[in-house]
Amino acid sequence: MIPHWRPSAAPAALRARAVMLAALRDFFARAGVLEVETPIASRCAGSDPALESLVTRWHWGSDAAGQPLYLHTSPEFPMKRLVAAGVGPIYQICKVFRDGERGRLHHPEFSLLEWYRPGWDYQRLMDEVAAVVRVVLGRPDLPAERVTYRGLFREQLGIDPWTVGCAALRTRAGALAIPDAESLDLDRDGWLDLLLTQCLQGQLGRGCLTFLCDYPPSQAALARLRQDAVEVAERFELYFEGVELANGFQELTDAAAQRARLQLDLETRCHQGRATPPIDTAFLAALAAGMPETSGVAVGLDRLLMAVLKVRHIDEVLAFPVERA
Amino acid sequence: MASYSTSEFKSGLKIMLDGDPYNIVENEFVKPGKGQAFSRVRVRNLKTGRTVEKTFKSGDTVEAADVHDTDMQYLYNDGEQWHFMDPASFEQMTADATIVGDTAKWIKDNDICNVTLWNGLPLAVEPPNFVVLKIIETDPGLKGDTSGGGGKPATLETGAVVRVPLFVQGGELIRVDTRTGEYVSRAKE
Repeated sequence: MIPHWRPSAAPAALRARAVMLAALRDFFARAGVLEVETPIASRCAGSDPALESLVTRWHWGSDAAGQPLYLHTSPEFPMKRLVAAGVGPIYQICKVFRDGERGRLHHPEFSLLEWYRPGWDYQRLMDEVAAVVRVVLGRPDLPAERVTYRGLFREQLGIDPWTVGCAALRTRAGALAIPDAESLDLDRDGWLDLLLTQCLQGQLGRGCLTFLCDYPPSQAALARLRQDAVEVAERFELYFEGVELANGFQELTDAAAQRARLQLDLETRCHQGRATPPIDTAFLAALAAGMPETSGVAVGLDRLLMAVLKVRHIDEVLAFPVERA
Repeated sequence: MASYSTSEFKSGLKIMLDGDPYNIVENEFVKPGKGQAFSRVRVRNLKTGRTVEKTFKSGDTVEAADVHDTDMQYLYNDGEQWHFMDPASFEQMTADATIVGDTAKWIKDNDICNVTLWNGLPLAVEPPNFVVLKIIETDPGLKGDTSGGGGKPATLETGAVVRVPLFVQGGELIRVDTRTGEYVSRAKE
């Protein structure tokens, strides 16, 4: 059999990627945001239980076995260290790596645009995300809307994601004709993820940019918490034509709270019998030294390019998907 | 018994669900950036042919189904059972009407069929894509009509009825595409 040597993306898609990258760099140059690079391979890794790092080994010094280096799942820790060091607004365009992810919208390595705006709140950052996406899509008049996580679940499914229990979520999922909902073994956030991806997400961002914001505290990740009627995580995701394109935070800048969250993540991973990479103590030290209030966001560029080209599968925008890499 | 994790799911994989063998038709990986991953699959029950959807949590495992396809020679029908033989080992197997199904109307003695085996026993029988069969009955057509406009029904030696052009006559051999049930051409042998 002749190996697949040809690219899976059409020449027009390869050109569109170059056009997108040039437009992004032009946007941030005009906005006075500095382009930076941070390590792809680090001695520490993110602890998010939803993500798994790819690991390689570095051979140097006396240990013949070498030491593990984790390929980043996102450049967030070192970029926040730069923010804490006073570098100002920064952005990065880089490849990131996630083990165990492959599908129509997933590829184990993908291109991420991540940027940080010291002194901005996440509401203002959402406006800038919309501006960036409009430029790349070439649709300056594309409307944007904001929907809260709680409001979406209440209006569409009639449930309050802050208070609903697993049994009710299971029943609701079954009633919504999610196959096998009755037999799945999920925790509360797992049920909410199931309902969001199977019943709600497909309608988000139809003909507009939909920012889903203010997540349950259990899904805060690295976002700051705020006390409203209920406690909410100041986190947002951007959806366009039913596809998740971006995730952003009002960054948690409290070192002690951050350490507690990382520790909790590690306990969750340990409980699941998964690897527990070392905590990035340099990142915690940067927060302890004083990181300015900052908002930050990561945009999946392959999916954004899919939206530009109106294609269905991520392989249509990749030169060589992993099966041909 | 072997098992598969959701990350091994792909179309064509044979798995056991609720005691029946299934074929994965389509697998979609679903995952929020910061959340739980799922596999949403469409699977076809290999016994009934029915297609259903299933949802799995990523990392779940399912039992593998011992299902594989093999070429077997159709020998004869004894009135109840269809008899097949493995041309390499000469081992013989039988299948009843629920397994042979519509395939019965396309095959005649000595045809090589694709037999799907589950735990070593026939589960389904597929006829060859093209078969040559004799017409045993059809209305006499008009001589010289080669347009084929509309055609006419013809009953074949196996009992199947296909539409043939008007110029094709009873007693002739024709080639049929079993996947569509359509006449392809006249045949010599």
